[in-house]
Amino acid sequence: MSARHAATPDEPAAAPEPQGGSASPAKSGDVLLRVTDVVKHFPVRSSSLFRRAVGAVHAVDGVSLEVRSGETLGLVGETGCGKSTLARCITRLYDLTSGTVEFDGADVSKLSASKMRPFRRDMQMIFQDPYGSLNPRRRVGSIIGDPFAIHRIADGQERKRRVQEAMELVGLNPEHYNRFPAEFSGGQRQRIGIARALALRPKLVICDEPVSALDVSIQAQVINLLSDLQRELNLTYIFIAHDLSVVRHVSDRVAVMYLGKVAEIGTGEDIYETARHPYTNALLSAVPVPDPRQMAQRSRIVLAGDVPSPLNPPSGCRFHPRCPKARDLCVTDDPELVPRLGDTEVHSAACHFPVEVGEDISLSTPQISEAERVIEEGLIGNA
Amino acid sequence: MARFLVRRILQGVLVMWLVTIAAFGLFFIDPNGPDDIARRIGGKAATPQLLHRIIENYGLRQPLYKQYWHFLYGTPHRAGLLRGGLGTDYYFQIPVTHILRDAAPITFSLALGASILWLLIGLASGILSAVRPRSFLDRFFTTIALFFYSMPTFVLGLLLLLVFYFEFTTKLHLAWFPAAGYVDFTKNPLQWAHHLILPWITLAVVSAAAYTRLARSSMLDVLGEDYIRTARAKGLSERRVVLRHGLRAALTPIVTQFGIDVAVLIGGAVVTEQVFSLQGLGYNAVQAIQNQDLPVILGIVIVASLAVVVANIVVDIIYAVLDPRVRLT
Amino acid sequence: MTIGNVGGAAELDLVSGLPPVEEAPEAAKVIQGRGPWRLAFERLRRDRASVISAVVILLIIICAAAAPVFATITGHGVNQQFRLIGEQSNGFPTGPFGKFPLGADDQGRDVLVRLAYGARVSLLVGVVTSALTVAIGAVMGLMAGYLGRTVDSIIGRIIDVTLSIPFLLFAVALASVEGGGSVTLVVIVLALFGWSSVARIVRGQVLSIKEREYIEAARSLGAGSWRIMFIDIFPNVIAQVIVYASLLIPLSIVSEATLSYLGVGVQPPTADWGAMISAAQQGGLYQVAWWYLVFPSLALLITTLAFNIFGDGVRDAFDPRADRLFV
Repeated sequence: MSARHAATPDEPAAAPEPQGGSASPAKSGDVLLRVTDVVKHFPVRSSSLFRRAVGAVHAVDGVSLEVRSGETLGLVGETGCGKSTLARCITRLYDLTSGTVEFDGADVSKLSASKMRPFRRDMQMIFQDPYGSLNPRRRVGSIIGDPFAIHRIADGQERKRRVQEAMELVGLNPEHYNRFPAEFSGGQRQRIGIARALALRPKLVICDEPVSALDVSIQAQVINLLSDLQRELNLTYIFIAHDLSVVRHVSDRVAVMYLGKVAEIGTGEDIYETARHPYTNALLSAVPVPDPRQMAQRSRIVLAGDVPSPLNPPSGCRFHPRCPKARDLCVTDDPELVPRLGDTEVHSAACHFPVEVGEDISLSTPQISEAERVIEEGLIGNA
Repeated sequence: MARFLVRRILQGVLVMWLVTIAAFGLFFIDPNGPDDIARRIGGKAATPQLLHRIIENYGLRQPLYKQYWHFLYGTPHRAGLLRGGLGTDYYFQIPVTHILRDAAPITFSLALGASILWLLIGLASGILSAVRPRSFLDRFFTTIALFFYSMPTFVLGLLLLLVFYFEFTTKLHLAWFPAAGYVDFTKNPLQWAHHLILPWITLAVVSAAAYTRLARSSMLDVLGEDYIRTARAKGLSERRVVLRHGLRAALTPIVTQFGIDVAVLIGGAVVTEQVFSLQGLGYNAVQAIQNQDLPVILGIVIVASLAVVVANIVVDIIYAVLDPRVRLT
Repeated sequence: MTIGNVGGAAELDLVSGLPPVEEAPEAAKVIQGRGPWRLAFERLRRDRASVISAVVILLIIICAAAAPVFATITGHGVNQQFRLIGEQSNGFPTGPFGKFPLGADDQGRDVLVRLAYGARVSLLVGVVTSALTVAIGAVMGLMAGYLGRTVDSIIGRIIDVTLSIPFLLFAVALASVEGGGSVTLVVIVLALFGWSSVARIVRGQVLSIKEREYIEAARSLGAGSWRIMFIDIFPNVIAQVIVYASLLIPLSIVSEATLSYLGVGVQPPTADWGAMISAAQQGGLYQVAWWYLVFPSLALLITTLAFNIFGDGVRDAFDPRADRLFV
C-alpha cells in the first residue's frame, strides 16, 4: 500500500531509514510483531535489611501472539489481567522476565536502551490518560517535537514545520503550537498524544486504552480519527481496551486475556459469534445491547468471586475458581491455546471444555471433587 | 522492634564510618606531605622533635590505608578511635578525652534545656495559632516567628546580654541575670539553671520560630481530617479534641524535623557557647583553631557526629511510638 | 536554623486553574498561553508584603553597589583608621550622629561605610551560595530519584553523613586546615552542607513524577535518562527549587555572618557584618559603644527579614494553595 506517500506528498522521497530497522518496508500481511512465551514477573521484596524476594506478581505469564502488518489486534481483559504490562514488554518499557519479542524480523527482547532506540521510531504508544501522558510544564509544540529531537531528525524551523504538520494531521490547530496541555480539553489532549506517536510515521502503534478516560461523545471522534489515520498511513495497531464493545468496532482480530494469559484469540467474528472460552462468554454477556427487549431476554453470566491475586495464581486453568463449567481436570491441568471444536487455524481457545454454539453456560455449575477443592482453597488461602 | 533497632543501629554505624572517612580525608590527606600534617597535629608551639615524634607515632609516611587503620585502631604507641583514643592535645599537653570530658556536660546541658524550651515554645504557639487561624493571636505569633526566624543566633544572644545583663545590672541595678560562667548541675541545680537561662532562650527562640510554623501547618492539616470532625460530632470538648486526637498526629512531622535538626542544635550550641563564654565543645573547637590544635577539633567533630547519630536513632524510636503506622520491622 | 517543609503540596499544577479551551473556534485570534512563570510573577506583584520587601532588598543592593559613594561623602575610607576623631578622650570609640553618622569602631573606622561594604559580602555570599546549593542539590536529587538503586543508595548515604556532621563544627575544622576563610571557601563550605536538604526535596518530587505516564511516554520515544531528567522532570520541580533558593539566601547570609563571627569566615580587614559584631563583643566593647553592636545587627536582621518575607511571597506566588510561611 502506498498510502504512506499519498498522505504526505511533501515529505522527502528518500527518508533516512533507522539503522536498526529492516530496509524494506513491511508489506501488508507480513508478520510485523511476534511475541513468544513472554513472561513478566514483578518481584515482591520483603522490607528486611537484605530485601529478599519473597514472591512475584505474575503480571504476564507466557503469552504468544502475532501481529500482521496493517491489521488491528484488539487486546481485552479486566483491569489487572496484564494487557498493559504486555504492551510495555513489547515496547521494552519493562525488561522481560523471559520470552522473546521479534519486531520487524529482529529480536528486540534483550537489546540495551541505546540499541533499542532506532526501533522505537517504528514502534509507538498512545497512552490511556490524556492528562497524565502530557508533561504539564512543556508546550505542545515541544511535546510533539520530542520524537524529532530524540531521534535527531529535525530541528529549528524544520522541526516546527513538521510538528505543525502532525498537529494538522490529527485535527489540531497548528497555531496552538505554543500552548500548554492544560489549555486543551481531554479529547484535544488525546489528539496531541496521537500526534506525538505518529510524528515519525511508525509501523506499529500500541493504543493502551486510548479512549477509556474520555467522555463517551468524544470517544467516537478519537476512534474514528485512529481508523482514518490507519488507512492513511498504513499503520498496524494493537488496541487495548477493557470492554469488548470498543474493540469490536476497530479490530480485525481480538485476543482476550485473563490473569496474564491469553484465554482466547480469533477474528472479530470468531470472538463475537462463536466464543469458546467461558470467560469470553461472560465478558460478552456484560456488553450492553441497544435493544432493551433483547437485553432482557439475554441470560447474563455472573462470575463467582473476584479475580484471584496474580501474586499466587490458581493451579491448572487460571479461570477455574470462577468458571461455571469447571471440572477436576481444570484444577490440575493448564489448557493449551489451540483451535477447539473444529475451529479454523486462527481461532484458538485455552479451555478443556469449550462452549458449544447455542450452549447457555449461565445454567452450568462447577463440578469439582472434594479432594481437588482442598488444593484449590489451600492455594487461595495462601494468596 | 528488635529488628528495627538492629537495622537502625547498623545504619548509624555505617554513617559513623563514613564520617571517619570524611574526617580522615580532610585532616590526613595533604598535598604538602606529612610535615604539614604533623605541624597541624602538633599545634602552633610544636618543636621539631615533637613533629618528628608525631610523624613516627601516627605513621604519617606510611601508605594511606595503613594510616587510616592507625586512625581507626591505633598503633602500639597510641589508641585509635575504636579503642576510645582521640589523641593528645600537644599544645596543652593533655589527652583530648580529658578536654571532652570537661566540655561535654556543658554542651549537653545547653542543648537539652534549649531543645525542651524550643519544642515547648514552638508547639504551644503553633497549636494556639492553628486552633484559631487568622485570629489576632495567630497573626501575632506568625509575626514574632518571622522576626526570630530571621534573627541570627549570635545577634540575639548579644542583644540579650546587652539588655538583660549589662543594662539591667549597670543602669537599673537589677542583677537578675549572670553574664557568663557555668555551674555544675551536681553542685547547685538552681545556679546551673540560672546561669543557663539566657543561653537557653537564645538557642531555643531562634529555632522555635520554624517550629511555630511547622506545628501550625501540620495542626491545621490534622484538624481538617474527618476523624477530628467525628470526634467533635460525638461531643468531645474542644480541648480534648485538639490535645488528644489532634496533637498526636500533628506531632509526627515535628518529630521528623527535630531529628534532622539535632545537628543544627549542636551547631547553634557552638555559637551560643561563644556568645556566653560557656566552655563547651563548640567553644573549645573555636579556641583550638587559634592554637592550630587539630586533635581537639578532630575529636570534637567525631564526638558531636556520634551524638547526632545517636540522637537520630532515639528520635526514630520516638517517631515509631508516636505513629503506629510506622512498622518496626 | 532550618527551612520548614518547603516540600509542601506534592505537585504544583499552576495552570490547572484555567478552564480548558474548548474545541477552539477557527478565529485567527492568537491566544498566547500565559505560562506558569507569568502567572507567578503577577501574583507576586499583587502581594504588598512581597513588593515592600523587594523594595528593601533593592535598597540594600543599591547601598552595596554604592558603597564607595558613602566613603566619598563621609570622606572615610573603608579601612581608614581615624585615631584622633574616631576616639573619645577616654579612649572609647566616638558615638554616632556626629562626624561618624553611625559611630566609629574600636579602630576609629567609620561604621556606616563598613556596613555598606559589608553588605557586598553578605549579598554576594547569599546569592552565590544559594545558587550553587540548589544546583548541586537539584542534580543530586534528580539522579537519586530517577536513576534509583545504587545511585540512590550512595547519594542517600552521603546525605546522611552531611546531616550527621554538625555543619558549624565542620566548617570550623575545615577553616583550621585551610588556614582561615576566603569568600570562596565560605561559599563552598555552605553549599557542601546545604545541598542535602534540596536533594531530599527534589528526590521526593522526582519519585512521584517518574511514575507519571508522560515519563513513560518519553521513554517509549527513546529518550535517554539525562534527557528525561533535565527536559521532562526538571521543569516540574523547578518552581520548588526556586522557592527553596529564595529562602536559602537569608539562611546563607546568616551562616556566612556566623562563620565570620566565629572567626573562620571572611578575614579582616575586609568589612563584614558578622566580623563587626564579633569585634563589638571583644572585651565587652559593646557595653561602651552600643552602636557598634546594634547597627551591624540591625543591618543583618533587616536583610534576612526582607529576604524571608520575599521568599515567602515567592512560594505563595508559585503555589497559591499552600499555607503561607509568614502572615
